[in-house]
Amino acid sequence: MMKNNVTSIIFYGIGGQGVLTAAEICALAAMYDGFAVKKSEVHGMAQRGGSVESHVRFGDIVYSPITPYAQADYLICCHNAEYGRFKGYLKKTGTDLFEFLNKGLLIVPKKIFINIYLIGVLSVYTEISEQSWIRAIKQTIKSQFVEDNIKWFYEGRKGIV
Amino acid sequence: MQNKKKFKDIILSGNEALARGAYEAGVNVAAGYPGTPSSEILEYIKRFDEVDAQWSVNEKVAFEVAYGASIGGARSLYVSKHVGINVAMDPLMVSAYTGISAGFVIVTCDDPGVHSSQNEQDNRRIASFAKMPLIEPSSPFEAKELIKKAFDISEKYQTPVLFRMTTRICHSKENIILSKRIEKQKPPFDIPMKQYVMVPANSYPRHLYLEKRILRIKTFSEKTKLNFIENGKGITGFITSGVSYLYIKENYPDAPILKLGMSYPFPEKLALKFAKQVKNIIVVEELEPFIEEQMKMLAIKHKAKDPSYRVGELKSEFIPKIIQGQKKKEKKRTGKKPLFCAGCPHRPVFYVLKQLKVTVAGDIGCYALAAMPPLSSLHTCLCMGAGISAFEGIRRGRKEQPLVGVLGDSTFVHSGITGLINAAYNKQTGVIIILDNSTTAMTGCQPNPSTGITLKGEKTKKLSLEKIAEVSGADEVIVVDPFKIKELKKHITESLSNKKLTVIITRSPCKFIDKTTKGHVDYNIDKCKKCQVCLQIDCPAISKTAEGFIDIDSELCSGCGLCVEVCSFKALTKK
Ligand SMILES: Cc1ncc(C[n+]2csc(CCOP(=O)(O)OP(=O)(O)O)c2C)c(N)n1
Repeated sequence: MMKNNVTSIIFYGIGGQGVLTAAEICALAAMYDGFAVKKSEVHGMAQRGGSVESHVRFGDIVYSPITPYAQADYLICCHNAEYGRFKGYLKKTGTDLFEFLNKGLLIVPKKIFINIYLIGVLSVYTEISEQSWIRAIKQTIKSQFVEDNIKWFYEGRKGIV
Repeated sequence: MQNKKKFKDIILSGNEALARGAYEAGVNVAAGYPGTPSSEILEYIKRFDEVDAQWSVNEKVAFEVAYGASIGGARSLYVSKHVGINVAMDPLMVSAYTGISAGFVIVTCDDPGVHSSQNEQDNRRIASFAKMPLIEPSSPFEAKELIKKAFDISEKYQTPVLFRMTTRICHSKENIILSKRIEKQKPPFDIPMKQYVMVPANSYPRHLYLEKRILRIKTFSEKTKLNFIENGKGITGFITSGVSYLYIKENYPDAPILKLGMSYPFPEKLALKFAKQVKNIIVVEELEPFIEEQMKMLAIKHKAKDPSYRVGELKSEFIPKIIQGQKKKEKKRTGKKPLFCAGCPHRPVFYVLKQLKVTVAGDIGCYALAAMPPLSSLHTCLCMGAGISAFEGIRRGRKEQPLVGVLGDSTFVHSGITGLINAAYNKQTGVIIILDNSTTAMTGCQPNPSTGITLKGEKTKKLSLEKIAEVSGADEVIVVDPFKIKELKKHITESLSNKKLTVIITRSPCKFIDKTTKGHVDYNIDKCKKCQVCLQIDCPAISKTAEGFIDIDSELCSGCGLCVEVCSFKALTKK
């Protein structure tokens, strides 16, 4: 009944942390690899330091812009205080990448790099190609910060192995 | 439907895709007023030199500008959030009578789930109320394609067309294919007075015409490709519109569906035809029973959602429950509430108002966040402009209550000025505070007349808030820096006790406009008495530690110094 060839990722955290940026990078990278992509986000009131979430779904055909309950393949939590908000959204076979948040926080020099570090972690799990990730980072991040971001992206990738 | 591996072009949000579609449709004039979830439409369209686009002063003005542009022969677009339509309702209702010349599309962005609004009204009802056709896309891809159809329908039937988006479509992105703009030839300039002058002698015949026209559009609705049947498998079929269509596809990709891209006027014959093809019909729609009521009128046997689902946004996982006729289980909103940014100039104002223990007639803007604990110092928030007029009313209802009216710069210009004139004209006294942060912050920092910048980023005449307050009839106008809290407190206290109509303008830019930090705050733990007064200002840069001390996040702190001002033990100092 459910489409199985769709990968669903939920990014969540607090406004101002770069949660939406992380999701944007992921959506773009999936698009560069030729997938049909949907990304949904929250604007307005929620952006004033409150909880934010963004869903990215990609595959052959994607219908709902938000991940249905218990259908997420990956959960990316960017803030400790938010942990647990999407528990029920994870598939039985899904992966919660929460453990990498605290690993990352120990090594990133500034908290603003945590999103890109976690993207690096995620990149190891998904079938999106490395070159598309890099291209998406270059497209999304202001040019003067690209180099640093790519560095922390690779740190995230290394964190896995 | 969006399909696989075809596009490597671009992903756009529903708002961006709509703007792009309008551009491709040859739109010449676009006007609107910011409001979540609609704001990005005009913010995207502004990049096109061919489009004369503006932030108007409010939605009524925007509507009249766009309507006029259509009479002038330009394809035109009006854009606002759902409640903006309420403000534009007067011209909207009558524009259905007069009809238009070049294509005129009214975009309403509804907010099911009240993500960022004062209510969750379903504006599909506006279409049937005003008797104008209603188009409802299901996705960004459709928003781009259907907006073009909307312009064509508008011209074909000489009617404004209501185009309804919802938050989920506005703010989700997907792959989009771009096409070229097609420039439209302007129709000849012709203003038949019998059509455009709505005095009784003309309005009555125009009403007759309107009734006939909507019947003609109904015939169109039966055969347009905007409404179609997906045959599918199985004996249970769905009737749906908008984003709900995608939730059905997510759950039952092969089910028979009658998908309504144009849900008003309702295609009766098509619905009857669909009813013959399937055994059971289930209506799935967000918010109001709009399609459901049409089905009831046609006496077509169907099931629809339990009324409990009329509140809030639909989700994919609700569909099986709706089919089973279950009631909605309300879940508490989880997660962290939003709060004023570090360095926000609204914070000191509400800190002072709280200290003074006054009641605050508030308004809509970032400052509505002051209603949340621990600040808890804004007591009403109804609609834009009420910060002055409801203030006046409360004063009249209860003279002895210490009361202040509060609203932002953008809101003051939107609909506060009329309230101020009214208060002055009707001899009201009291204190009104205009929080001038030089932007329309809540909706993403759009410029407004008091900033002297247009939507296109050009310099323009700058409206002086102090001058307009003065000529509107304020006895006294005071401009103050809100971070000078002693001064601010003095002005408010004095003004509360005299018999004047005072306007206090607190002027300091929003942190999104001026990101410069004003130094840093040092915390001396030895001097800290754990009184927690600094936590009462609810700054995101200050948090409580397990031992009851505090921690200052230097990455977030903007050095505004409010915490330094409120600490009586000099534990906090500014560097
Ligand atoms: C009729 C209507 N139009 C638009 C909106 C969206 N909206 C909410 S607050 C706001 C204005 C905020 O600007 P301002 O008053 O300057 O306050 P700030 O957010 O900058 O503090 C707008 C446009 C609305 N709620 N109602």
